[in-house]
Amino acid sequence: MTVKTLTINDQLITASAEQTILDAAKEAEIKIPTLCHLEGVSDVGACRLCLVEIEGSSKLQPACVTQVQEGMVIQTETEKLKEYRRMAVELLFAEGNHVCAVCVVNGNCQLQNVAIKVGMDHSRFPYKFPKREVDLSHRLFGMDHNRCILCTRCVRVCDEIEGAHVWDVANRGGQSFIVSGINQPWGEVDACTSCGKCVDACPTGAIFRQGSTASEMTCDRSTLEFLHRARTKKEWTR
Amino acid sequence: MKKIKLATVWLAGCSGCHMSFLDLDEWLLELAQKVDIVYSPIADIKDYPDGVDICLVEGAIANEENLALIKEIRQKTKFIISFGDCAVTANVPGMRNMLGPAETVLKRSYLELGDITPQLPQEPGIVPELLDRVSPVHEVVNVDLFLPGCPPNAARIRSVIEPLLKGESPVMEGRKMIKFG
Ligand code: SF4
Ligand code: SF4
Ligand code: SF4
Ligand code: FES
Repeated sequence: MTVKTLTINDQLITASAEQTILDAAKEAEIKIPTLCHLEGVSDVGACRLCLVEIEGSSKLQPACVTQVQEGMVIQTETEKLKEYRRMAVELLFAEGNHVCAVCVVNGNCQLQNVAIKVGMDHSRFPYKFPKREVDLSHRLFGMDHNRCILCTRCVRVCDEIEGAHVWDVANRGGQSFIVSGINQPWGEVDACTSCGKCVDACPTGAIFRQGSTASEMTCDRSTLEFLHRARTKKEWTR
Repeated sequence: MKKIKLATVWLAGCSGCHMSFLDLDEWLLELAQKVDIVYSPIADIKDYPDGVDICLVEGAIANEENLALIKEIRQKTKFIISFGDCAVTANVPGMRNMLGPAETVLKRSYLELGDITPQLPQEPGIVPELLDRVSPVHEVVNVDLFLPGCPPNAARIRSVIEPLLKGESPVMEGRKMIKFG
């Protein structure tokens, strides 16, 4: 294992060459906010919440998909980063229909958690109020596109852990949305094993268990991490 | 000491935020020592007065009347607080925005679902016209402080008003002060 030394927030740390900045920071107990990152599945750098400043580069870099390099000097809490993170969260709220008062994961939502963390008490961007669908065709679960932030955690967990690849991203840019199967109602996708991993992976109320109320609906992400560890490291006990 | 002039208004909301305000219970007596309620749905005052110090605004801007009143409020008030999710995000009243302009919603409710004598409500000067888009307050006028929540609970309302009475600005940070839904 090649070892790299680098500095994060003036703290000298060592990491293995394959690690991302996010992993290295986590080991050094430096917390960087994330949304699209999910332990146990690949990273895609979709949400831009984990942006950090790297000395010598004028561009902000997402920590979850940037590998460590020898001598890197990284800042994770500058005023500029705080402002950009808050803006990223405001944009997520403004582009969907996040009516928390009628959402099944209210109080249990990672988007809300991140909003609180970055100090967002309102969005300075005008709300778009897009027209979006709700799919209740699955026997057990539901998909509310109004709450989807396109983090693709459901896509990756269903593909990489369950191996069913029910979900994918359709269209591009502002027209993007998550599709089940070949753009069929979820309930008609034969590949779905009804394992519920996408429910546990979703950071918002977009994918939920039908019939659960706000206080009941929780997502147990530790199950996903356990399954991933079990398969890769052959550790089958908790 | 001169009393602070406090107003509370109810625009497009369910009045839940005002109910939460009343949940301040006995602290309301303490508050009454320090402020004059100069305008509120819980006081019988017809016109919004001049020189208001603080105004709690419940609800979004959904019709002509809301729009005219919020502009008047901005002119006559030093410090406006967006009070609750409807004021901060448009919340539940804003859910009609996803269905299109006012006309679509009115037709659906009054014509398609009208069992007997279906007709659109039309009484200029009495029934305010719906705006095509329900907006959060700060998209229409400048807002000085945001107190999200549906409704914000009494403890959080107090944590915002108490420092303001002392001339300090409340710090809207962390789970204790920021809550949606
Ligand atoms: S329930 Fe399981 S198989 Fe079905 S879409 Fe979700 S993760 Fe994929
Ligand atoms: S449905 Fe949930 S997990 Fe999937 S992309 Fe949308 S927000 Fe992310
Ligand atoms: S924020 Fe909630 S409680 Fe307050 S007026 Fe709106 S719907 Fe009612
Ligand atoms: S966590 Fe890195 S971009 Fe989303």
